[in-house]
Amino acid sequence: MNPRRKQRLFIASLLFLGLAAGAALILTALDENIDFFYSPTEILHGKKETGLKPKIGQRLRIGGMVKEGSVVRSEKDLNVTFALQTNGDVVYVTFDGILPDLFREGQGIVAQGHLRSPNKVEAFEVLAKHDEEYMPPEIAEAMKGIKHEKPQYTAEQLETLEQKKSY
Amino acid sequence: MLPEIGHFALILSLFFTVALAIFPMWGAQKNIPALIALARPLVWGYFVLASISLFCLSWAFYHNDFSVVYVAKNSNSMLPWYYRLSAVWGAHEGSLLLWIWILALWTAGVALFSRKLKKSDVARVLAVLGFVSIGFLLFTLITSNPFERTLPYFPIDGRDLNPLLQDFGLIIHPPMLYMGYVGFSVAFAFAISALISGRMDSSWARWARPWTLLAWGFLTAGIALGSWWAYYELGWGGWWFWDPVENASFMPWLAGTALIHSLAVTEKRNAFKSWTLLLAISAFSLSLLGTFLVRSGILVSVHAFASEPERGIFILGYLIVVIGGALTLYALRANTLVSSHRYKLFSREVLLFCNNVLLVVALAVVLLGTLLPLVHKELGLGSISIGEPFFNKLFSYLYIPFALILAFAPLIRWKQDKIQRVKKDILLGAVATVFTLALCYFTYSIDNPWTLVGVGLALWVAIMTFVELKSNKQIAKLPMSHWGMVFGHLGFAVMVIGIAMTTFGSVERDVRMKAGDQVELSGFTFTFESIEQVQGPNYSSHLADFTVQGGDKTYELHAEKRFYPVQKSVMTEAGIDDGLMRDLYVALGEQIDDDYWGVRVYVKPYVRWIWLGSIFMCIAAVFCIADRRYRHVLSWRSSADKATSQA
Repeated sequence: MNPRRKQRLFIASLLFLGLAAGAALILTALDENIDFFYSPTEILHGKKETGLKPKIGQRLRIGGMVKEGSVVRSEKDLNVTFALQTNGDVVYVTFDGILPDLFREGQGIVAQGHLRSPNKVEAFEVLAKHDEEYMPPEIAEAMKGIKHEKPQYTAEQLETLEQKKSY
Repeated sequence: MLPEIGHFALILSLFFTVALAIFPMWGAQKNIPALIALARPLVWGYFVLASISLFCLSWAFYHNDFSVVYVAKNSNSMLPWYYRLSAVWGAHEGSLLLWIWILALWTAGVALFSRKLKKSDVARVLAVLGFVSIGFLLFTLITSNPFERTLPYFPIDGRDLNPLLQDFGLIIHPPMLYMGYVGFSVAFAFAISALISGRMDSSWARWARPWTLLAWGFLTAGIALGSWWAYYELGWGGWWFWDPVENASFMPWLAGTALIHSLAVTEKRNAFKSWTLLLAISAFSLSLLGTFLVRSGILVSVHAFASEPERGIFILGYLIVVIGGALTLYALRANTLVSSHRYKLFSREVLLFCNNVLLVVALAVVLLGTLLPLVHKELGLGSISIGEPFFNKLFSYLYIPFALILAFAPLIRWKQDKIQRVKKDILLGAVATVFTLALCYFTYSIDNPWTLVGVGLALWVAIMTFVELKSNKQIAKLPMSHWGMVFGHLGFAVMVIGIAMTTFGSVERDVRMKAGDQVELSGFTFTFESIEQVQGPNYSSHLADFTVQGGDKTYELHAEKRFYPVQKSVMTEAGIDDGLMRDLYVALGEQIDDDYWGVRVYVKPYVRWIWLGSIFMCIAAVFCIADRRYRHVLSWRSSADKATSQA
């Protein structure tokens, strides 16, 4: 091989190695750091796209409405527990720290943390919406889900309703 | 009346930009001097009209004209006058108008300072800028008109500016950022013009370089201001969150950084031509992508204004036209630009290319981390978010080869060099670095390996920069652009030291406190002295006094919790004692009961260095632009004028 070709081969293999190493690094880093978003309904009954339930200990994001009257604070430190709900399903979130300014009962928030038991999330970060008009799209979507499913009648009840109407 | 004039001026400027996009370009292609000569008058017209438009909106804000919907939504008669003016870009419609005005400003700048350039080339550049403007003008006029009226029934008072934006940092952050974003359109226009004409030599790079440097400097300042603002205004003491919108501004910055270095090679060695063009196209495309991400409202972010889907679709279409068109043109024409220059494996060209590749990989990481959640969701796989550790980890890895190369690349000669020639200098630098790092290690007892890596390599960069400076024979005679490089690289080192020291050395605690309580934190005693109710111009507030005792000094900090009644929102104003070596940071959290408050207490070492480093980089950009060889290029007088004035 002439020296010029040798050099080219060297550069090309170096580039290839670099690319492969880079891609491997990126993929592993990605794998470790993807957090799935769940609504309380999805934590209890599985994700609506895939039907998968989160595993205990999994890191995840949860978004929902803070249930009125559910915020309980510790007497001694900053520990706080509150209930998040969508579609009538409730998941409890504990958090040790300062809640954001816009955290209020009855409003949408997103929390990031680990699932500790089937209906309990230990959060390390709580995010609230940023102003009166703005709602995190994820919550907006979760709430849309509620609207679709809100009629809590069973098929039979609906039938009786229909029959009543037709009288 | 004035809002209508503003609206009309905006419509009229659309006609000017359409004419600007068509006639001068046509003239340049067909070589018709009359059409080429139209370029400048059209630009003046566009600039004047855009200015009138911006002035009319500012006037409406200044005089509390709540018959304008946009003013009513984003201002209030109680708002101080400076915030009333900055409220112009406080939301979607107005920030677009600012964007348009800044684009007009850059276009006018190019028209003014390019009299030495070949007339047909200027015409092409201005025409491309005109084309870019059309999209934004149409977008504003069709989907987001800031001059819409509420007549005949208008509100007595406005709904106030988002309190987050009522702050000095936010008065200047958006204009700076937009100057950077939009500034890359000039490099983009130069690139497109080169592709169309098929001519791209070192004089082309000499033209494009100062404009790119200026845009890069503004973008650096804009991002740094945003980070500084987040640090003291969001009340949680962070300076970078890898928030998608931050990423949206960071991506053009990375591309821009690669571009200014690649342009240097193109100017000095007439090489890397097609790579430079691709970077110029990318930098502006990423600015547009950033705008799309922010304005279409598909992101969860502080910056996401209430948005409508048609806006997203419009920008997406525009994005496809501009980026798709530019890349197609690139694919068709880039092969006509041959870089004749040859260089060996160990040369400055190759080292610069390596750092360019690393910057582009960093860019790809940010792009992946920002877009993957969107793609994932659109594919129906559910919402995901990508955690900060993803970015932090990959940037830490990329930083190592980047800093290693950056430090000694300026010592290496163009074209071909031998390691023997610089061995002594590199050895000297390495010894000095190890020595200084050991000194830091023992003074600060740094125990985190990543801090050591971060600080060590930053010292390596800084020390090698000085070594390189010393290796020049006559330091006083170095050109300004050389000083620009020195400052830019020192700024990078300073910033990384700040990042490494703050990330691993900060002590942060959230505590439950009442007046009179004390808390100890890394050698400082924070005392919560008192809290009282205070009334501001458009808010009421709880003002807490803290004293901090450290060593034999006492500092006073005032942390505030403000309530803005019009928007019913609560804001945190952190109390900060800033210093070169450490910041003391106190922020009020929520009021837990009558006496107790949640309080954040932080000691953040070296956090100021992050912004100090950015200031260095901005100075670097100014130095580079001030270089002699651009003064000649950027003269606003044409060569004919000069001839007569000399005569």
